Amino acid sequence: MFEIFAKLADWLAYSVMGFTPESAIGIGVHFFIEDTSKILVLLVCLIYVISYLRASLSVEKVRDYLQGKHRGVGYFLGSLFGAITPFCSCSSIPLFMGFVSARIPIGVTIAFLITSPLINEVVVIMLGSILGLKFTLMYITIGMLLGVFAGVILDMLKAHRWLQPFLAQAYQQDQTANAPATSTPEAIAISHQERHRFAVTETSAIVSRIWKWVIIGVGLGAFIHGFVPAQWFEENLANGQWWTVPLATLSAIPIYTNASGVVPIMGSLIEKGMPLGTTLAFCMGAVAVSLPEFMMLKQVMQYRLLATIAGYLLVAISITGWLFNAFY
Amino acid sequence: MKNVQVYGSGCKNCTVTAERIEQVAKELGQEVVIEKVTSLEAIMAAGVISTPGVGVDGVVKHTGSVPSVEQIRDLLG
Repeated sequence: MFEIFAKLADWLAYSVMGFTPESAIGIGVHFFIEDTSKILVLLVCLIYVISYLRASLSVEKVRDYLQGKHRGVGYFLGSLFGAITPFCSCSSIPLFMGFVSARIPIGVTIAFLITSPLINEVVVIMLGSILGLKFTLMYITIGMLLGVFAGVILDMLKAHRWLQPFLAQAYQQDQTANAPATSTPEAIAISHQERHRFAVTETSAIVSRIWKWVIIGVGLGAFIHGFVPAQWFEENLANGQWWTVPLATLSAIPIYTNASGVVPIMGSLIEKGMPLGTTLAFCMGAVAVSLPEFMMLKQVMQYRLLATIAGYLLVAISITGWLFNAFY
Repeated sequence: MKNVQVYGSGCKNCTVTAERIEQVAKELGQEVVIEKVTSLEAIMAAGVISTPGVGVDGVVKHTGSVPSVEQIRDLLG
């Protein structure tokens, strides 16, 4: 099914542009054309399908559903909904406040917030098209586990003590006296046409936001693929010393990027012999949190809570990286 | 005349929402006063958990996305 993109790249790179398949530039250009065309087509088609399916899912519904659920399943459900619910990252603060004032346990809310950026349709499509199904499934499992464990640990630490005071108060108060449970004004049953319209808007919004990143990411990936010899990696990065994993995570955390830029680079690095765990740690660190996001969360969380979350992510992602390096 | 609230902490989607409402109101020849609600506590008190949210005369009518032109027509109509 995907050969068509390879053929397109053969034709453009070798026949139209006249590069030879043996030259470094020929390899790089071929890689770039094949991957950008494949990824962009897949993104447009699959985001449409996914948006169509989840058009009726909203964070309000998730909140109502999570409210009053037992903690045990709550962590898992929080993490699951984090993966499938769409929401703009600029919404994470109101969402956090809404969940807290609905008295959903902090741990469940954190599970939602941590999984949400790690797993979304863009990451999954990019991983699937570049690194294959098996890797993608492992990534999804790890992403969900990271969220679940974050929730369990933060509840054990009684993290609600470290909310900003106005929010801690809302958490203590009786829900009925506080936030009015606004019912979603959107229609309960939505028609085929509305789903279609939602999916089109969503697809064009997402694709117009990320296409640049795809091109930059695949461009860098193509450069590594064509020009950087595997030997260089073996000599410099592929030894897999234990400290390279936390270093990769730590250096990735402040980076503000999304999966569309990181995944193609990741694919080329792994192919050149960079250890899987180290690469994965870098990717997860870059996608999970960023400095600007932490500055926003400061409005609702005290430094102790922020530091705990950052520390947890560093440790948990490093452990994941080590395990992968040890077993693959 | 209608009072329209746009709930959101000032991200791009919220600005787009406010602009679109203004534009639709002009088309309909309606007079609206748009109030941008950016304080977190006010957003929480209104029960808005996904931004941008739109309220008419203090009642939240839409949340979670930039409303389409048709949706705004319905809200203002």
